[in-house]
Amino acid sequence: MLRIPCPHCGLRDYTEFQYGGDASKIRPVHTEECLAPWHDHVFLFDNPKGVHREYWQHRLGCRQWLIIDRHTATNVIEPTTRDPTNSDLMNSDLMNTGRQP
Amino acid sequence: MNAHTRRPQGGHMDRSQVLHFSLEGKPLVGFKGDTLASALLANGIRLIGRSFKYHRPRGFLAAGVEEPNGLFTLGSGGRTTPNVVGTTVALYDGLIAHRQNAWPSVEWDWMAINSLLAPLLSAGFYYKTFMGPCKGSWMFYEPFIRRAAGLGRARHIKDPDRYDTRHAHTDVAVIGAGPAGLAAALQAGRRGARVTLIEQDSLLGGCLLSESSPALTEWRQQVMAELASLPRVKILTHTTALGLYDGHTLALVERRDASAADPTRGQAREVVITLRTRALILATGAIERPLVFGNNDLPGVMLHSAVHTYSERFALNLGSRILCATNNNSVYASACALAQHGAEVIIADSRPHIDQALMESARAVQIRVLTDAQLISAQGRRHVRAATLAVAGQSRPTTLPCDLLTLSGGWNPTVHLSSHTGIAPVYRAAVDAFVPGRYASGHYGAGAIHGCYALPEVIREGATAGQDAAMQAGYPQPVDVIAIPAVSTVPYAFELPRTAYPRTRQKAFVDFQTDVTTQDLTIAHEEGFVSVEHLKRYTTLGMGTDQGKTSNVNGIQHMAALRDVPIPSAGTTTFRPPYTPVSIGALAGRRVGQHFRPIRRSPLHDWHATHGGVFTEAGPWLRVWYYQWAGSSVESAYLEEMRVVRQGVGLSDVSSLGKIDIQGPDAAEFLNRVYVNGFAKLPIGKARYGVMLNDDGTVLDDGTTARFSDTQYFMTTTTAQAVEVMSRLEFLTQQVWPELAVNVTSLSDQWAGLCIAGPKARAVLQNAFPTLDSSDAAIPYMGAREASLGEVPLRLLRLSFSGELAYELYVPSEYGQALWEHLLVAGAHLGIQPYGLEALASLRIEKGHVAGLELDHRNTLDDLGLGKMASRDKAYIGRALSQRPGLKAMDRWSLVGLRLTTTGSPLRGGAVLFAKDEPLTGHGRGYITSVTWSTELNQYIALALYQGGLRHEGEEIVCAYPLKNEYTRATIVSPVFIDPSGARLHV
Ligand SMILES: [Zn+2]
Repeated sequence: MLRIPCPHCGLRDYTEFQYGGDASKIRPVHTEECLAPWHDHVFLFDNPKGVHREYWQHRLGCRQWLIIDRHTATNVIEPTTRDPTNSDLMNSDLMNTGRQP
Repeated sequence: MNAHTRRPQGGHMDRSQVLHFSLEGKPLVGFKGDTLASALLANGIRLIGRSFKYHRPRGFLAAGVEEPNGLFTLGSGGRTTPNVVGTTVALYDGLIAHRQNAWPSVEWDWMAINSLLAPLLSAGFYYKTFMGPCKGSWMFYEPFIRRAAGLGRARHIKDPDRYDTRHAHTDVAVIGAGPAGLAAALQAGRRGARVTLIEQDSLLGGCLLSESSPALTEWRQQVMAELASLPRVKILTHTTALGLYDGHTLALVERRDASAADPTRGQAREVVITLRTRALILATGAIERPLVFGNNDLPGVMLHSAVHTYSERFALNLGSRILCATNNNSVYASACALAQHGAEVIIADSRPHIDQALMESARAVQIRVLTDAQLISAQGRRHVRAATLAVAGQSRPTTLPCDLLTLSGGWNPTVHLSSHTGIAPVYRAAVDAFVPGRYASGHYGAGAIHGCYALPEVIREGATAGQDAAMQAGYPQPVDVIAIPAVSTVPYAFELPRTAYPRTRQKAFVDFQTDVTTQDLTIAHEEGFVSVEHLKRYTTLGMGTDQGKTSNVNGIQHMAALRDVPIPSAGTTTFRPPYTPVSIGALAGRRVGQHFRPIRRSPLHDWHATHGGVFTEAGPWLRVWYYQWAGSSVESAYLEEMRVVRQGVGLSDVSSLGKIDIQGPDAAEFLNRVYVNGFAKLPIGKARYGVMLNDDGTVLDDGTTARFSDTQYFMTTTTAQAVEVMSRLEFLTQQVWPELAVNVTSLSDQWAGLCIAGPKARAVLQNAFPTLDSSDAAIPYMGAREASLGEVPLRLLRLSFSGELAYELYVPSEYGQALWEHLLVAGAHLGIQPYGLEALASLRIEKGHVAGLELDHRNTLDDLGLGKMASRDKAYIGRALSQRPGLKAMDRWSLVGLRLTTTGSPLRGGAVLFAKDEPLTGHGRGYITSVTWSTELNQYIALALYQGGLRHEGEEIVCAYPLKNEYTRATIVSPVFIDPSGARLHV
């Protein structure tokens, strides 16, 4: 079973999370009116065999939206790298130890 | 009990506990510690089934999980379990067993006539014969084939037993409690790690249970005693590791015998355990490989290791003249043990040269050893009575009489679990076996799993793995290495199989359970099947419930020989969970009946249940469908409830709506970005209807949001989208616009929602809250007020889903029932009555409000008639992509109202719509989403999505419902059937 290290809650089963899509692309600014950038953002995705940056929400936990680098072939998750609201937590020791109950 | 079979002493049974069981109703006895298989053999029962296709007589081949033949149906009534492997069932008192796949009995089976039809039943027979050329031939033949070729049958009676699920954590999981696993568990346990030792058998020890050496017996006892003394070591017997998954997670099933689990006392018969571990050790051992020759499926032909186990662990003498056929060293020690128990033993070794020490050890106990001897066939009708061999130096085959023929074609390491992680097994020539390609990070292997068979070495490997795994799990303190028993062993040596199996006219079985012979493999080869994966599916090799534990490698070897390629080039097969079959009941656990999935209930649920509420499922929610005050069936009740709302006043529970608190200095800006319509200027004390889009421009949800202060808003969402909308808002605040000072909090569970609707709603409100000014001026349409009921805070919104004067009231959930009862009392003199979901839905259809049935994530604002809401002056989510040409096309399926114009059949939800004069074929021009009888209009009305929408207003169309052969006509009208000007809302 895929297990995800939540920086707030520790290492948890993926069943507590909801996949939230590709996080590797930058969302167009809110006021962007052109179709093309929105089209690319909403409809065009790579399907890599390898590390994929993706959103997961810890719905049955802290409800934080996480950005996770997951290897699509091995399910190995690299330490989380980017969270605009919680950068301090992301770099804390919890990340590395994967606190277990 | 057959005294000739069971020796008076020895074995691991408890002879003081006699157990009674039955086979086909015949009473039998065995001992505590027996398996069903050993108990049957002790009772002299050798014939245990008929084979899958040819109905040939079969006996036990093995003594463990690899057994292909010995499948039984256990239990009776709802407790019946088919296809249980008899060699893995710990005998219990009262066990009821039946043999399978034979009619009328195993001894005399009519279906054995299939043997005469054998030429027809070869590889690919079903495909070639029944799949064509004549369409439908499979349909005709299938029932006959299923009856003739099959396994046990499941029953259609409810299983009274209880099954459970457990979640567990450990530091080091050790799979297999043979010598390697015991050593690993103890070594890791000494380091202080939490260890979980998993053993599918009822006893610990694995192959040690078949050893009579005092040094090994003592070592096993000592290790078990020390393990028992370590509080952080948990031992699970009767527990099989079904699968190994990502994240160091194991799925286990713990099986308790049916007599030990009492469902009435809450005891589970089987428990599926999800075990999360930091490190794990695969000590899963190896399974002996049979030899392939003519009639090798006769009862009395068994794996050598199985005969050894039956002899030493269960004290059974299964033969007096035993022929041991082998290609390797592993049989010699155990053959000597068989001879010492009094049997006349001959070893037929296919190798020309054998280790001198082995030769001498055999001679010392009067065992005759034939070298360079190849088995050709076995003879006998229901049991083996002789075997024919080609012996080097003899011009003609030799036939030797025997009453037991044991086979050892080498060993197949049990690589299944490592294979589950996606690591393909690789062929290792030094041990002529497939071993794990590698071990994943944090996984360790010890012993026979990678071809290490010499006992002291196996135990040393186990100890090392235990050491490493404990280190990995965070226990670095060094400790004493466990004792290694002093036993001498001969190194494992073997002969590779000859290029092809000896030619014989008799059937030579590769897969016993699915009846696949060398002839089938040859046919598949001649027809061009070169991939093992294709071969499996064409011949059914390895496709039985045993997943080919004894057949896969022999099949691959045969294929390699036919193709004249080395074994690695012929490939390997992929093993998938479960390792052994698992009952559906265990997988379901408690998720049956009412517990199939979680149910959400309103805080007012109990009141509804005790006041005539009849419930229906709405997504995960149980909601009141209708109340019995209004009628005894939904058809009559909802009409009565609608009348009360339209003419008087009704009260309904809308607690399932999503409720979200939105606070912060930027809350207005946030809402303004989320909704398509303007929210920046919503005044305090007012609510506004809003629609939000998905990024792709389709409609996500609608609802209302009220403003209670400069920085505080209260949003409601539809029941269906409550979870998704909340998650979406969190995404936007956390990841997209972290610069906005706004927070969102779900109040869905914290607040109950009630709706008073009807022309007399205000009168109820005035009576219920005498101090609150509820006049139209004080609380106008779309007004929002904070009030209180005693000490309890209350939010009041004047808005309407039904089209009548209506108020929504929100209070903390625990006060929901108090408010509900308060309103019923306050409105009693006005005839207030509760109304349910059916009436609620019908009222909104009359008013043309869209809901979940219309909002299918494919419609645009224009499709739903909401295009005018979209602001032209601001950006909002989904705006850019909502302008795509395809979403602006004129012929999109858009919301319309329908009025039935013919009499007879009603309108039906899901009916397909066609233009009046076109042929009724294809997908039509739309479909009906919602239907109701209109009490106001006295006719059936509906909401529908129709191509071109209201541009066809006034046209008569056809509503086709072919499932009931109904074809009705309806006229397209505005979806707002009543009060289009909204006069009733502004009273
Ligand atoms: Zn979390």
